[in-house]
Amino acid sequence: MSTAAPAEVQAAASGDSLGAILRARLEGLKGGDVGSLPVILGLIGITLYFTSKSDVFFSAVNFTNLIGQMAGVTVIAIGVVFVLLIGEIDLSIGYVSGLAGVVVAELQVADSGHQYPGLIAIAAAIAAGAAIGAVQGSFVAFIGVPSFVVTLAGLLIWQGVILRQLGTEGVIGIQDAYINNVANYVLTENQGWAIAIVFAVGYAASTFGIYLSRRRAGLSTGNVVLTALRVLFLSALVFAAVAVCNHSRGVPLVGLIMLGLVVVAAYVAGRTTFGRHVYAVGGSAEAARRAGINVKFIKVAVFMISGAMAAMGGVIFASRLNSVDLTAGGGTILLDAISAAVIGGVSLFGGRGRVSGALFGGLIIAIVANGIDLVGYPDSIKLITTGVILLSAVTLDTVLRRRQAAAGR
Amino acid sequence: MSAAQPAPTLELRGVSKSFGAVQALNEVDFEVRDGEVMALVGDNGAGKSTLIKCVAGIFPIDSGEILFEGKRVTIHGPKDAAKLGIEIVYQDLALADNLDVVQNMYLGREEHDLLFRLKEAAMEQRTAETLASLSVTTIGSVRQPVATLSGGQRQSVAVARAVMWNNRVVFLDEPTAALGVAQTQQVLALVKRLSEQGLAVVYVSHNLVDIFEVADRITVLRLGRNVGVYEKAKTTQQEIVQAMIAGKAAPEEAEVAS
Repeated sequence: MSTAAPAEVQAAASGDSLGAILRARLEGLKGGDVGSLPVILGLIGITLYFTSKSDVFFSAVNFTNLIGQMAGVTVIAIGVVFVLLIGEIDLSIGYVSGLAGVVVAELQVADSGHQYPGLIAIAAAIAAGAAIGAVQGSFVAFIGVPSFVVTLAGLLIWQGVILRQLGTEGVIGIQDAYINNVANYVLTENQGWAIAIVFAVGYAASTFGIYLSRRRAGLSTGNVVLTALRVLFLSALVFAAVAVCNHSRGVPLVGLIMLGLVVVAAYVAGRTTFGRHVYAVGGSAEAARRAGINVKFIKVAVFMISGAMAAMGGVIFASRLNSVDLTAGGGTILLDAISAAVIGGVSLFGGRGRVSGALFGGLIIAIVANGIDLVGYPDSIKLITTGVILLSAVTLDTVLRRRQAAAGR
Repeated sequence: MSAAQPAPTLELRGVSKSFGAVQALNEVDFEVRDGEVMALVGDNGAGKSTLIKCVAGIFPIDSGEILFEGKRVTIHGPKDAAKLGIEIVYQDLALADNLDVVQNMYLGREEHDLLFRLKEAAMEQRTAETLASLSVTTIGSVRQPVATLSGGQRQSVAVARAVMWNNRVVFLDEPTAALGVAQTQQVLALVKRLSEQGLAVVYVSHNLVDIFEVADRITVLRLGRNVGVYEKAKTTQQEIVQAMIAGKAAPEEAEVAS
């Protein structure tokens, strides 16, 4: 009907002129397609607020600290993104991370008979997390037990295992340098710059590769100037981050680990067949099944990713404290990680969202906690604020989705 | 058609399938040939869906045989059916709303390199070509999510997906059930183009108006039995309705079709 003509006109005009892109973007905004705009605006608002309240908030030292504070939760949130993308939930991630901390600490205890080098202990902890994910995912995929229940049981079971393992001592100290370096090692200035260069060159090359392949196929390539600006802006951001860190202690290794995991996970989710199938299962498991996708395998694999990421987060927490104790994996870790993914724009109903959302959401949660600590508000305010932000994010998403549906998008 | 006909592209001989005490298919014969639209009609519970699912490999058959181009085949799962070139376009649930047109067209068969990296440009190009070859022109961008498409456009995408894979036999299950008049015409025209491209098309419906517009032959199922195969040119809607409801004996057997 009337939709045909404008759609064709739009297709013909899109991609080339800057005006057309801006107009299309504005139309999208009106229709409720706001992308990551709310998160970015939120970040700016929160930053301005705390900057006005605290002298040290907007400083190089605090920025460097922030990276260490956000890393654990953000890494766990990467796994949460995958689980939410297939429309499931994983409530066990908190105590799986705690258990991974116990594994990594236990495997480096001197004269215990099972002392291993730090890197092997870390690998074992991540493998344990993946194995737990495989077991929990199998209950969901093969037997059909709701993931909420399976992972709620996991939450209880792994907490029990942690308590049992730590027993009467209640704490294991970590002496291994490799493990402690995960969260505490700081790169030299030149290493920091090298990483910024690698990131910028890699991102530019990947973007240019996509541009070339689209051009060779005779497809619309979008606006070249805008694409170049995006590459420049993100590269500049990374260089600025490195500059700020170098101004303080230097780039924390854990920041590099976190960013590396986000890049790899974003690649897996966005550029590979596996990622495509994850989105398909979340969008319509039945359509995916009928298209020949092994839905059960995808589900188990996603829970394994979740378990492995939770374990990596647990290693970071343990490394940060140089020990594990009875509170490992508890507190607000679980809810912070899920909140981070959701605030980052990942839908709880599956199929919508990006891995980078974990980074944005993790950053917001860490900034709120960090800022409130610096200003000197009590923990109660931290919980209330995080709750309000979470509710706002999901409310905004729900309203926008309704608007998108109304606009026929 | 010529006197010495090749074997039907897909043929079912004496296929039976029961669920407990319910005999869903009872010694059903069925065939479809290249370049024709075979309608499969029947009232609710006649066994249309069961027949589709048997061919699709979702249900194993109890007895009888399935022949593809005259050769006996076994279909154990959707992959087997896909390997033979049999594609089913289901009435609903065929597309993932959150994915765009290209992603849906290639769902489960994505092109990738050795690193499992998707070949997006190649897939987008081929999708646009396929849609163009089927004269599907109403879809603005192949990169828009399927959720933003109208019912007719969605059905067009689902059908176009079926032809992109060099399929031989395409089953369309009630493709116009949820569509308006204009969109129904769109889809019916698309169905005709499929058969013109040489595919064997099975059109499952109980909308006789649609069937008489697109079908070359009509197979009528009633209570799990094949009650007759009719040539559209030599039958009337009245006769088909009669067969669907009362199960009149077949005026001609499929095997001896003139």
